[in-house]
Amino acid sequence: MQLYSRRVWTNRIGIALSMGAMLFGLLALLWILWTLFYNGFSALSWEFFTEDTPAPGSEGGGLRNAIVGSLMIVGMTTLVSTPIGILAGIYLAEFGTTSKFAAMTRFVTDIMLSAPSIVIGLFVYALMVATLGGFSGWAGSVALSLIAVPVVVRTTENMLLLVPTALREAAFAVGAPRWQVSLKVTLRAVKAGVVTGILLAIARVTGETAPLLFTALNNQFYSTDMSQPMGNLPVVIFQFAMSPYENWVNLAWGGALLIALFVLGVNILARVLFRKKSTD
Amino acid sequence: MRAAQAPVDLHAEQVRKFKLQDFLFHQVTLAFAFLVLAALVGILISLAMEALPVFRESGPAFLWTNVWNVPEDQYGALSAIYGTVVTSIIALVIAVPVSFGIALFLTETCPVWLRRPLGTAIELLAGVPSIIYGIWGLFVFAPLFAAHVQPHLQAALGDVPVIGGWFAGPPIGIGILTAGIVLSLMVIPFVASVMRDVFETVPPALKESAYGVGCTTWEVVIHVVLPYTRVGVIGGIMLGLGRALGETMAVTFVIGNANRIVGSLYAPGTSIASTLANEFGEADPGLHISALFALGLVLFIITFVVLAISRWLIRRSVAKQGR
Amino acid sequence: MSALEPTADGEAILSIRDLNFFYGDFRGLKDVSLDIAKNQVTAFIGPSGCGKSTLLRTFNRMYDLYPGQRAEGQINFHGKNLLDKKQDVNLVRAKIGMVFQKPTPFPMTIYENIAFGVRLYEKLAKSEMDDRVEWALRKAAMWQEAKDKLQQSGLSLSGGQQQRLCIARTIAVKPEIVLLDEPTSALDPISTAKIEELIDELKNDYTIAIVTHNMQQAARISDLTAFMYLGELVEFGKTDSLFVKPQKKQTEDYITGRFG
Repeated sequence: MQLYSRRVWTNRIGIALSMGAMLFGLLALLWILWTLFYNGFSALSWEFFTEDTPAPGSEGGGLRNAIVGSLMIVGMTTLVSTPIGILAGIYLAEFGTTSKFAAMTRFVTDIMLSAPSIVIGLFVYALMVATLGGFSGWAGSVALSLIAVPVVVRTTENMLLLVPTALREAAFAVGAPRWQVSLKVTLRAVKAGVVTGILLAIARVTGETAPLLFTALNNQFYSTDMSQPMGNLPVVIFQFAMSPYENWVNLAWGGALLIALFVLGVNILARVLFRKKSTD
Repeated sequence: MRAAQAPVDLHAEQVRKFKLQDFLFHQVTLAFAFLVLAALVGILISLAMEALPVFRESGPAFLWTNVWNVPEDQYGALSAIYGTVVTSIIALVIAVPVSFGIALFLTETCPVWLRRPLGTAIELLAGVPSIIYGIWGLFVFAPLFAAHVQPHLQAALGDVPVIGGWFAGPPIGIGILTAGIVLSLMVIPFVASVMRDVFETVPPALKESAYGVGCTTWEVVIHVVLPYTRVGVIGGIMLGLGRALGETMAVTFVIGNANRIVGSLYAPGTSIASTLANEFGEADPGLHISALFALGLVLFIITFVVLAISRWLIRRSVAKQGR
Repeated sequence: MSALEPTADGEAILSIRDLNFFYGDFRGLKDVSLDIAKNQVTAFIGPSGCGKSTLLRTFNRMYDLYPGQRAEGQINFHGKNLLDKKQDVNLVRAKIGMVFQKPTPFPMTIYENIAFGVRLYEKLAKSEMDDRVEWALRKAAMWQEAKDKLQQSGLSLSGGQQQRLCIARTIAVKPEIVLLDEPTSALDPISTAKIEELIDELKNDYTIAIVTHNMQQAARISDLTAFMYLGELVEFGKTDSLFVKPQKKQTEDYITGRFG
């Protein structure tokens, strides 16, 4: 029985450790969220949304220019990456089941999903900023699109592959050409999944800081001109948090809370949407 | 027996139109897929071109030279590579066992009704932008770590041979060790999600037969689940490594940004990504910018290789299940 | 080798000669020859994997969607070989409709489900299209159930209704032949009875080829029956005589339930 009791204890310890790990993960999440709320909530005010970023060392101000800039850059990213991602995803699912080229594209897309985002910033700097004469909101959007597109491509492809073969065949069986089968039947059948993918891509790029550092840069003034350097929340948070000014640090916490709420909200929305649809 | 005679191609025009449309559809979707591939090639080429001047200047020695002197225009990547690798190793040392525990809990011991909410919580953690980890690390974690953990660690381990040196120096909270820990928190959700997914590929019959001969949960996991999913688990770890190597914000806030190599993990250091984040904006055109691009190229190649291996392993393990 | 003479009364709308089918290296059909008679119901029976569905799927070249699958031989339809590379498959499929095992309503409204296929090859005014949708739904005995919810999603219908919608969708295109691939195997007995009734009415206007694993169903609804085994056409003849007095031992074994 000694052997048996040793086995039982090993098991108990193992289980306890795994529960501890789970607890550790959850506590980390709660701790981070709690500090975010604790420090960020006090920074949120009417001025936070209506005034622009203050000069170094001065009091007051808000993040209006950065919020608007982020919305524009991310909005443009969504507009650019959605069609590209969906069409490339359709290619992989509809035409690319056997081709070498498709297998390679799939592989590269997977890698781009986790590629260091700062390197993408470097690339867009070399591609657009250095050649077209300056930092711009456009460059920021292109950099973020390079991150968003792989997310959309892979979810679109995975969703399309879930379409029952019979539905695809049924659409062909009434004599429909391929493009109508794809766009009007199969893509529509997985609409919820594809929208989920787009939402996840938005959530992913909204908090990205590194690719914007050398592309959109920053702008302490309110601007809606995408061809100019553009204020945006992540870069402002980075600069302000690393600064010695208390007011800036507070604003950084407020901005961080705002971004976290947005990203978590979009993530949850994506899940709810997909779950509702898939249990129909 | 005669086949009825009637014209079949009444709609010849429509047929031609569809053919053309389908051809265009194929080509257009192909073009967009090609775009994704082209982006990768474009990244490699542009980084390599921009990095050329510094490699012309120092040759491959750039990679193993421990000097980063902007005023003197002398550059070597070693300290940044060292910081990148060491922080990532620390991150994995912490993240792997914790992620394993989480995955084990979620697949084996968690009550069924809790699986989904807890799994979702972990996935949400993966969605938290890294800048949040960074700012939290700088303002919340680092001061607490300096005040309450570092001195004790030093007292306990400082005199142990070999590893004692890792904990030398003033406990300032900011440095390589802190960066590694913050990084580990960021990586845990990714690794845990992959591990959970591969654990779920184990056929229930396999586990049931192990339970059937009287195995405990722990034994089933160690002797059945882990061997069965070995490849996928390693793939998940490599994915986490790829993430850790390339992470910018979670590291930049807390690593201290000092371009040097010190034996102590308490000392500030730098990583490739944090060097880029800190210096690129103010870098002068010329060798400095070229050196930064070269760092980017090195980072991209390392992560590419790590991620490629990871994908290959994960694919293989999932394909095995499909068979 | 099937030395069997294809037999069918009346006019043949499809005549299949020496048809061979390959999944990669595997030969799924072996020298199949038979005629599908116009305005008759031809049933294909046989144990799973015998090639009956494969055969049906060559009639509208559905296998074309999958690389590695190919057919050799002849399927003559209005004097042309459907297997000819130059033959446009979309058009073939508009002329030879297909209904699948599981109901497959498109993710759109009931009305659009039917209009989708019609619009492909015909330009109809709104009122003409309305008429066509009504006509097709009436033909499929669905009008009473569907007329008040034409703008609802096709997915909101019950399984049996979905399958009749799929039949309506298929005949709305006015094909000459309707292929049914085990159309009732996913349905309850009441829905199955309705569809069998429907098939009986449809044969006045269409030629029907149905694959079924249910021998009673084949006996109930078909005029001609083909028994297939291991990719070969074993026996083909009038349903009445095939079930009462099978010519081949294998057929007899199968219909008396000794295997399959």
